[in-house]
Amino acid sequence: MEILALVKRVPATDCKIKVAGTGIDPAGLEWVMNPYDEYAVEEALKTKEAKSGSVTALSFGSSATEKILRTALAMGADKAVLLQHDGDEPDALAVSRLLSDKIKELGAEIVFCGKQAVDNDDMQVGQRIATILGWACVTDVATFEIGDGTWKATRDIEGGRESVEGSVPVVVTCNKGLNEPRYPNIKGIMMAKKKPLETVPASPGDSGTQVVELLPPPARPEPTILGEGSDAVPALIEKLKDEAKVL
Amino acid sequence: MSSDVLVFVEQRAGAIKKASFEALTLGRELASGLGGSVNAAVIGSGIAGLASEIAAYGAEKVFTVDHADLELYTGDGYATALSTIVSDTGPRLVLMAHTALGKDLGPRAAALAEAGMVTDVTAVEVADGSVLVTKPVYAGKAYKKVRADAAPAFISLRPNATPASESAGAGETVSVDGPSGPFLSVVKEIMAASTDSVPLQEASVIVAAGRGLKGPENWKLIEDLAAAFGPGVAAIGASRAVVDAGWRPHAEQVGQTGKVVAPTLYIAVGISGAIQHLAGMSTSKYIVAINKDADAPIFKVANYGIVGDAFEVVPALTEAIKAAVH
Repeated sequence: MEILALVKRVPATDCKIKVAGTGIDPAGLEWVMNPYDEYAVEEALKTKEAKSGSVTALSFGSSATEKILRTALAMGADKAVLLQHDGDEPDALAVSRLLSDKIKELGAEIVFCGKQAVDNDDMQVGQRIATILGWACVTDVATFEIGDGTWKATRDIEGGRESVEGSVPVVVTCNKGLNEPRYPNIKGIMMAKKKPLETVPASPGDSGTQVVELLPPPARPEPTILGEGSDAVPALIEKLKDEAKVL
Repeated sequence: MSSDVLVFVEQRAGAIKKASFEALTLGRELASGLGGSVNAAVIGSGIAGLASEIAAYGAEKVFTVDHADLELYTGDGYATALSTIVSDTGPRLVLMAHTALGKDLGPRAAALAEAGMVTDVTAVEVADGSVLVTKPVYAGKAYKKVRADAAPAFISLRPNATPASESAGAGETVSVDGPSGPFLSVVKEIMAASTDSVPLQEASVIVAAGRGLKGPENWKLIEDLAAAFGPGVAAIGASRAVVDAGWRPHAEQVGQTGKVVAPTLYIAVGISGAIQHLAGMSTSKYIVAINKDADAPIFKVANYGIVGDAFEVVPALTEAIKAAVH
């Protein structure tokens, strides 16, 4: 079974984001594999262990993304492919088309990706790829079980959880908690250096939407420290009644 | 292409989501700016009776796809049904709520329409026929303004970010033939959480706690504070640290790898305020921080702060809120 994991290079979640034009100031940023994609790589590796086959890590991004793909190889992926594009990032419409073409070419039957990338927080690419390819899709999964040409999953919804079933081929978008991503060990890191990593130049088509500007978040009002310990509780109650009007 | 706005109205078991009324309200305003009308699409089984409720928020036409195979959500089935209405009516904008269902459906329907989409949107403006959309990125550490000029443009709206208000439309029901199964993926069962718990992203009050509580056995303190607001008001949240430690389930995590929330009132107890937690809650309307470290970063985003031990402050606050509510 040809198994695919989609990964993206993003700033680490503990980084401060400084706005610069339509993008962010790269100074001082630490770049990592999108945290949700770690669950995707892990689930791809677990699926290979259960069903045999091979795992390919696929990414769309700048040449610096090679480092992230090496991490996926060190975790245990067999090979990696980078659709390299060093210019402005196109939108999900354009990226999904490029990725879908490559997935078809690679002959994959199951694709795992993070439920969203923590940069744009778009949550679109997995669903779009499945739709373009005419595959089943299940998003934001908390548990996943592969059967014989079928799968079962559960996902959190408002006020509970739902179980979903469907057919293979499928795109699965992974939530935190699906599994415990393995850390690359020294042997894995050494082996990753010898595994194939193919870089293919990518020419994205037109985006459906255009970024006009990036803005810092709206400022919070000046904080008021009401006091120390339970003595400050009556002052808080007054504020909640009179200013916030929540009581 | 028309200047109309189509709003996908989400229902589960015949109950319309509040966030769909928010989408209808915004859709009505945008349609008036574009010089068109707002119409609604509703998909499910036995849903014909929902049209009047939808019309109350301004829908001129209510397109219904009513089929037994669509009773529970199916991603490809619903996407096919919605895209049929989109291609038949040629709207300028397609709006929906950024809920578990909307997040799954929107990009699929947009892909079928070969259209752009902006998700988790907090504001939309129309100026000279151009549509400008604002969405938080990096979990709210920045905001992106995006132009969505190609029609149709799909937009999913963050729940609680825009108001809902009634203003009646004609509500003419138009029945649309939908797809029938088998589908590639189907929801088999919905397992409700315990009946008295409020979904985190729909709650008007969130009481969240972190390491300052010292152990999972002390969460009774937080449950009592949440309960003090009365039944169905407050939800419980958690910091990443306590989720990673296994004290609380991931479903409760607020922050960049958890849920992004914007309640009216957010009470942070014993949460220091790591940057990725702040990203997930700093658009809350009012923030209260209770922490024994006066230098904790959480105080920088708080409207009101109390420096003190959670074990002393929280029980007093619980009693005071109980007294104020009753």
